[in-house]
Amino acid sequence: MNDLGDLYQQVILDHNRNPRNFKRLESANRKAEGNNPLCGDRIQLYVQLDGGTITDIGFQMPQGSGCAISKASASLMTDAVKGKPVKDAEAMFAAFRGMLSGGANAPGKLAAFSGVRAFPSRIKCANLAWHALHAALQNSAEPVTTESAKDF
Amino acid sequence: MLDTRRIRPDFPILAQQENGQRLVYLDNAATSQKPLRVIDAITHFYSHHNANVHRGAYALAVEATEAYEAARTAIARFVNAWAREGVVFTRGTTESINLVAGSWGRANVKGGDTVVVTAMDHHSNIVPWQILCQEKGATLRMVEITKDGRIDLADFGRALEAKPKIVAFPYVSNSLGTVNPAAQLSKLAHAAGAVTVVDGAQSSPHLRVDVQALDCDFYALSGHKMLGPMGSGALVAKPALLEAMPPYHGGGEMIERVWDDRSSWNKIPHKFEGGTPNVEAAVGLGAAIAYLEQLGMDKVSEHEQELARVAIDRLSQIEGVTIYGPRDHRAGVVPFTYGDIHPHDLATILDKDGVCIRAGHHCTQPLMRRLGVAATARASFYIYNDLDDIDALVTAVRKAGELFGVLAS
Repeated sequence: MNDLGDLYQQVILDHNRNPRNFKRLESANRKAEGNNPLCGDRIQLYVQLDGGTITDIGFQMPQGSGCAISKASASLMTDAVKGKPVKDAEAMFAAFRGMLSGGANAPGKLAAFSGVRAFPSRIKCANLAWHALHAALQNSAEPVTTESAKDF
Repeated sequence: MLDTRRIRPDFPILAQQENGQRLVYLDNAATSQKPLRVIDAITHFYSHHNANVHRGAYALAVEATEAYEAARTAIARFVNAWAREGVVFTRGTTESINLVAGSWGRANVKGGDTVVVTAMDHHSNIVPWQILCQEKGATLRMVEITKDGRIDLADFGRALEAKPKIVAFPYVSNSLGTVNPAAQLSKLAHAAGAVTVVDGAQSSPHLRVDVQALDCDFYALSGHKMLGPMGSGALVAKPALLEAMPPYHGGGEMIERVWDDRSSWNKIPHKFEGGTPNVEAAVGLGAAIAYLEQLGMDKVSEHEQELARVAIDRLSQIEGVTIYGPRDHRAGVVPFTYGDIHPHDLATILDKDGVCIRAGHHCTQPLMRRLGVAATARASFYIYNDLDDIDALVTAVRKAGELFGVLAS
């Protein structure tokens, strides 16, 4: 079960069970929807952006539509970017994608997803929330799908 | 049950290890594995008989044509087709249904007409009808399912009151395993004046199919789910309907004469087989049918139903497992969820033990909405699966529960 332990690290199981920032932000001035059409995973992301800083962030997944990887990734992402300038959030996204495509571990708790590298079919799950964040920060009106992103 | 000790050696892939474990392949509703007999038939065709069909004046071309047409005869016999001319080769069920929608549908469905499908249909038996209805300004009516996963016959009756032009439904549901009363549905639809289209993707591999007894009008099947090659399949239809239908694809082979500005059409089934066909796929499908006929389709059904019964019984003993679909009248498809573990996580965990299952919406999003789930896990059985495979499935599911500390819901 070693490899599975690498994938489902305790921090991931914890964030799956108790996702942080799992809320709808009524006041959000940026929103984005992410879809993984292959598996039906959906995320709704709410971002409060003030003067180039993410002052608040929340996400929702319709009942049962997020696997442990996608939900924990969204939860840890929201924790990581809250209070951070947009450019720092984008840099984290770059580091996260880099890690999943075989590069160095992303900083802090995001490194918990390094085990996903060994499960190519699950990389889209881990990236879903980040693509939604990127779309929200770009103020893109179109829902993003994991099928349109180049890194899959 | 079938003697799997004699069957398994026929399938080279089953000797392979997956993640260091015995391969336990339980995704047969998605595609089946292939026996050596099928693999060898394809190799043999290219090694000894390869030429284009229906046109060469030389012996090799005649051999290729004979191999291709022999596969058509095999399909006709296998499903008891009305005539071998009523068997059109396609790339599979999806293309077969698109052929009916694009040809019969476009010629006969008008604005204000109704087309009926069911909430348990695969996207391939929904989307072609949506496209047709949108083009024609017709109404697509989706028949509801009952709580235990059957077609709601009362709602089916209400849908027929609109006098639909087409009624389409699956013989066996890929997501629930339900075996629908296809002959009864077809009879009711005919009484309302409709033509019937049966999605046979999940019935052809698993049941003894008799399209004349079903008395449907069109029956679609895929070869790759019944031991044959991917990209093989057929539309089986009443010849008189095919005769009256306009062509689907224009090109070589499907014509009789071509003038500068118009053409006349070849006889059926060739009218619907424009271009060089996938002869290797047809030949491989013929070999697959021979393999299944040797086993006997009644024994195949019995084997899978027994495996499904044992799997349902044993999975149900795990607290937190929910099984979907009816208790009886079901094929070897077992859809389930386990507490709050997402099916994708289940599939990943099972894969580590070499157990391949499908997780997701199974190309039946309208059905998933009605079941109130985003996804399910699905184990589906075939002739080479045995009780050891079910042991492996149950053990791996229990392991997933331990890893996730499952909250039984």
